[in-house]
Amino acid sequence: MKLSDAPQAASTDVVTTLLTGAEIVCHAMKAEGVEFVFGYPGGAVLVIYDEIHKQSHFKHILVRHEQAAVHAADAYARATGRPGVALVTSGPGVTNAVTGIATAYMDSIPMVIITGQVPTYAIGQDAFQECDTVGITRPCVKHNFLVKDVGELAETIKKAFFIATTGRPGPVVVDIPKDVSMASAPFHYPSTVDMRSYRPTNKGHGGQIKKAMQMLLSAERPMVYVGGGAILGDASEQVTTLVKMLGYPCTNTLMGLGAYPSTDRQFVGMLGMHGTVEANMAMQNCDVLIAIGARFDDRVIGNPTHFNAGNPTRKIIHIDIDPSSISKRVKVDVPIVGNIKDVLDEMIAQIKSAEQKPNGIAAWWKQIEEWRAKDCLKFKQSDTIIKPQYVVQKLWEVTKGDAFVTSDVGQHQMWAAQYYGFDKPRRWINSGGLGTMGVGLPYAMGCKFAFPDADVACITGEGSIQMNIQELSTCKQYDLPIKVILLNNRYLGMVRQWQDFFHGNRHAESYMDALPDFVKLAEAYGHVGMKIEKPGDVEGALKEAFALKKRLVFMDFLTDQKENVFPMVPGGKGISEMILAEDL
Amino acid sequence: MRHILSLLLENEAGALSRVAGLFSARGYNIESLTVAPTEDATLSRMTIVTTGSDDVIEQITKQVNKLIDVVKIVDLNEGRHVERELMLVKLRAVGKDREELKRTADIFRGRIIDLTEKTYVIELTGAGDKLDAFLEAIDPSLILEAVRTGACGLGRGEWIVKA
Ligand SMILES: Cc1ncc(C[n+]2csc(CCOP(=O)(O)OP(=O)(O)O)c2C)c(N)n1
Repeated sequence: MKLSDAPQAASTDVVTTLLTGAEIVCHAMKAEGVEFVFGYPGGAVLVIYDEIHKQSHFKHILVRHEQAAVHAADAYARATGRPGVALVTSGPGVTNAVTGIATAYMDSIPMVIITGQVPTYAIGQDAFQECDTVGITRPCVKHNFLVKDVGELAETIKKAFFIATTGRPGPVVVDIPKDVSMASAPFHYPSTVDMRSYRPTNKGHGGQIKKAMQMLLSAERPMVYVGGGAILGDASEQVTTLVKMLGYPCTNTLMGLGAYPSTDRQFVGMLGMHGTVEANMAMQNCDVLIAIGARFDDRVIGNPTHFNAGNPTRKIIHIDIDPSSISKRVKVDVPIVGNIKDVLDEMIAQIKSAEQKPNGIAAWWKQIEEWRAKDCLKFKQSDTIIKPQYVVQKLWEVTKGDAFVTSDVGQHQMWAAQYYGFDKPRRWINSGGLGTMGVGLPYAMGCKFAFPDADVACITGEGSIQMNIQELSTCKQYDLPIKVILLNNRYLGMVRQWQDFFHGNRHAESYMDALPDFVKLAEAYGHVGMKIEKPGDVEGALKEAFALKKRLVFMDFLTDQKENVFPMVPGGKGISEMILAEDL
Repeated sequence: MRHILSLLLENEAGALSRVAGLFSARGYNIESLTVAPTEDATLSRMTIVTTGSDDVIEQITKQVNKLIDVVKIVDLNEGRHVERELMLVKLRAVGKDREELKRTADIFRGRIIDLTEKTYVIELTGAGDKLDAFLEAIDPSLILEAVRTGACGLGRGEWIVKA
């Protein structure tokens, strides 16, 4: 039967129609309002693909590698806030997808990944293209299911979406054996599920919120530290309102960029290993720290012993949806478990009605401005050689700071984070937790599908881009006019930087010979290629590329090979122990 | 410090491996782990004995709670509780040892549940240190093999762990 003939999912309890497992998958997607399924076919999912072919409620996007399917779906979720969906076949389809799943897991991205499995009777027999999908993915999913009975398929998919999108979000895998896809059952898609073993806390504890407010309002050297959780929880409006009302300094983590507008004066820049002096120093020296959807990870606060010992009287308030994120690396004084948006709304209401007004913190601002005056992100411009930071600055100007910017992993990622000022949430799409090279291009695809009219730029390195370069073909098939900004330094730059700093300048395997001619490569895939070698050409080339509204433009910028990312906190050090460009 | 954690989890395929996998992935200790369905067949009750500082135990509890199949986790050390472990020991029992071994088993309230001309199998329950003490009381050369279940425990009195 056709999808349009099917009973309206979620609207009726009367179930008469029998549907096959494959049909149930399609109807479930329809009921969930899925727009795109990113995938790649194979034996175990052929029946599902056959159903996909017959329906028109969602579009299937055929990628060139399953890893890219998962990354693209992940980016769709990051950019829109709605769950991303990927579909892959059993065995190698699954193992190819694992990097994508782990990447989404580390950054708490809501996704549902449907995987084909060999028929139930063949499981455990080392069948062709069999792998233990539930076992392989278990440590990198929020949850996973193996569906052995078609009668449980609809409810399992509902549960998968429910689990993926509630509480601390994350990827959920639903493994469907081929015979389950072929068998039939009455179709009923529940509108809600209640699981006794999964009831995430949403509402923050009133008493704790009150306590936090008192602490915050009487602070003398306060600091607001905002992470990716604020973006995932769609709370950046509340973050901005609260910070404005308080008049306190605010920093965002790599994953939190855009949660608080970077062009605002109260924003002191990103913190962490490559954070600004003012952000890291304020973080280290504040008397009251409020952490909002952040997790004090090693790239952010450096060595926790140093972080604590350097300031033992600092009081910490921590708001997070996930109790296990609280007091994991740093002991906090006021934990608040709950939905960030609601907790902040409550705080904002309390400030409005409170008699106590926030402390004037002029002395603290004076200190912060002194740190800011160091101008730690300044770099030496050159007339002869393109500075990578300059390309990012010009990209910001040409796109008016309003593009979706994806990145890969390495130096270019840090320069993108430092020099492209994000004023809005969900505009900066990168792999912060797992640090997966190769995400940039598929991430740009996911953004472009979600927002076809927006500018989408992928800032990448010549190492990273080659990890999923095949997706240029997908971009051609679906006419995705992404702009690839390759900061080509002919090195695995971030590796080279660490080797220069910590391994006696020995460049062990960080130089890649035999790079392709990227212009020709782009052209071979049917796109526009540009090579930019002089600083004077950067702006013009960017303008020209973004004017080509309908074409993917691959921009190969030959950048300074020796440039390093500063400031830098060496691994294991405290965050106030930064190396600055001027120190060297 | 040693802690005894009591869990209720959905009696689903793979639930055990999720818990065990979490412990190995995060580097937590497991001294013993026992699991079986109980009066409600949809649930399994698991007891885990682990060691760690208070901070580590707090993290373990939170991380285990986060597993979707886990309905509840309680640290029995937070209150008064009872715990028991079952051990079966096979002993070489010939000649004058036969009477001596039986007497020792009696002292520990052990029961002989299998006997042949040359062997006993003794069943013993108790807290772990009692089982240790029994093994220490026996001449090691007479111990042929032993198997232990690991501890299981319940809170005392009205302290009830329910779904
Ligand atoms: C899949 C993967 N493999 C290895 C690494 C380790 N790694 C981190 S940065 C980097 C170099 C990246 O080089 P490139 O993409 O050219 O970017 P650049 O640092 O030069 O800007 C490497 C190898 C990684 N993050 N991901």
